Amino acid sequence: MAAITPEILKQVALLARLRLEGEALTQLSAQLDGILEYVRQLQAVPTDQVEPTSHVLPLSNVLRPDEPAPSLPAETVLALAPAAHKPFVKVPKVIE
Amino acid sequence: MAEPALASRPIHELTALLAKNSVSPEDLLSDLLSRIERLNPSLHAYLAVDPENLRRQVKALPAGGRLRGIPITIKDNICIRGEETACASNILRGFRSPYDATVIERLRAEGAIFIPRANMDEFAFGSSTEHSAFGPTRNPWDIARVPGGSSGGSASAVAADLALAALGSDTGGSIRQPAAFCGVVGLKPTYGRVSRYGLIAFASSLDQIGPLAKDVRDAALLLSVIAGHDPRDSTSAPVEVPDYVQGLEQPVKGLRIGLPALSEEGLDPEVKRAVEEAVNVCAGVGMTTSRVQLPNIDKAVATYYIVATAEASSNLARYDGVQYGLRAAGGGGEGALKEMYLRTRTEGFGAEAKRRILLGTYVLSQGYYDAYYLKGMKIRTLIRRDFDEAFTQCDLIAMPTAPSPAFRIGEKSSDPLQMYLSDIYTISANLAGIPAISIPCGVSGEGLPIGLQLLAPPFQEERLLRAAHAYEQATSWHLKTPPGAA
Repeated sequence: MAAITPEILKQVALLARLRLEGEALTQLSAQLDGILEYVRQLQAVPTDQVEPTSHVLPLSNVLRPDEPAPSLPAETVLALAPAAHKPFVKVPKVIE
Repeated sequence: MAEPALASRPIHELTALLAKNSVSPEDLLSDLLSRIERLNPSLHAYLAVDPENLRRQVKALPAGGRLRGIPITIKDNICIRGEETACASNILRGFRSPYDATVIERLRAEGAIFIPRANMDEFAFGSSTEHSAFGPTRNPWDIARVPGGSSGGSASAVAADLALAALGSDTGGSIRQPAAFCGVVGLKPTYGRVSRYGLIAFASSLDQIGPLAKDVRDAALLLSVIAGHDPRDSTSAPVEVPDYVQGLEQPVKGLRIGLPALSEEGLDPEVKRAVEEAVNVCAGVGMTTSRVQLPNIDKAVATYYIVATAEASSNLARYDGVQYGLRAAGGGGEGALKEMYLRTRTEGFGAEAKRRILLGTYVLSQGYYDAYYLKGMKIRTLIRRDFDEAFTQCDLIAMPTAPSPAFRIGEKSSDPLQMYLSDIYTISANLAGIPAISIPCGVSGEGLPIGLQLLAPPFQEERLLRAAHAYEQATSWHLKTPPGAA
């Protein structure tokens, strides 16, 4: 399995919307590679016939009655936003 | 002998005194506040202390309730309406929740008083509370040591009698390991036993809220209050909630304890001995013991750091400076929105949060998904099957909670993998979704508490608490108080 190089990590960081540069990038890629090396012990376990577990409960398609109930007032929620212009949250301009 | 301080007593004693009016909620609070004022500056169990807030809550108490007037501290990732809830992170600094978590609603209905903001590792990423953006919490048994984590503030507060009990959250051991390090009882319920509505998500298939308490009876009482189905959390299970306190009185004779063969690499000999002696005590009160096999348990840490980081990277994508929390300043023109995301997240998250987001993003990304994430989910199946198989031969499993007593502040903070390995015995319960408890079972030569961990099949908390209670009744470890709390 390929090592996690600073170049790969830089790409991953962009996907995760994090900025990593210089020293931090080299240091972190070495650290993550150490963790992944430990994780790679799992490759030796045969799992061809094993179903994956994404959650442990024997539940599927949980539905609740479709009844209206009160929700938080829009004003309360907008008050939490760093910037708002009623009834919207405001972000930096996307289109010039 | 002088009467013990009010704040040092278990809830089940205090509720009796409060009910008889021989103690008032005001007396209890004032005792507690004087302790908080004296001890919180050195322990830093709480991120904020607001005595007026607590007094207001006491004034507004309803008439009845199983927890009337009992102050309980809440980890900084469980939402209380109107209170700051920041997950000990700069990215949520100043966020005030507009609603109560379901567990808070349930405790409120029983008359509990909330002490907000028990410190934690940022977003519960850690095993020492050193990753809090607002500074570490210290262990009352030795303030040079960590309280464990991530619910370190909760554990330190309960051990030092700065709260009667606490709520924490446990994704890979974050209730049990700090409970062991601080000499208190910590219970991680079955996945789905307690609603996660209002718990700020770390890894949604692993997270579970649970109590930290001074003894098993208090833990049983708190679980009875917070457990149960919640229509607002579709992963909360529609399984009936027994009265866990009444269940404590049932006999333990004949309960079969399974002892798994575990890797002893890194296992402190004092911990090993204390747990062996604890198992002998269980045998002495009528339980039986036998060997069981958990052949895949040595892969639990590796599996966890795939599954948990993958889920975390996805859950933490929501912190983007748009709807709540931090928004970094600056940047205009073309690409300003993306630049705002980048700056906000780069400034707002601490080092360990970034590490886990990156690891999770990596294991989920194209080309690595099958090798890591899918592999991790398959090995999770093998670990679940191991427990299913083992529980055909035993009723409970016993093992240490943590491989060592509390380590020193700074000892593991530069080596993430060593830090991750301190959860080696707790992680498998989260992967399998089963309940587990840590109870005090000894004190090391250096005067540090040691925890015994018991695990049970899904929704068998009643059995787990009953066995833990029988052990506790036969020993006095839970009554020892830390020197830092005198």
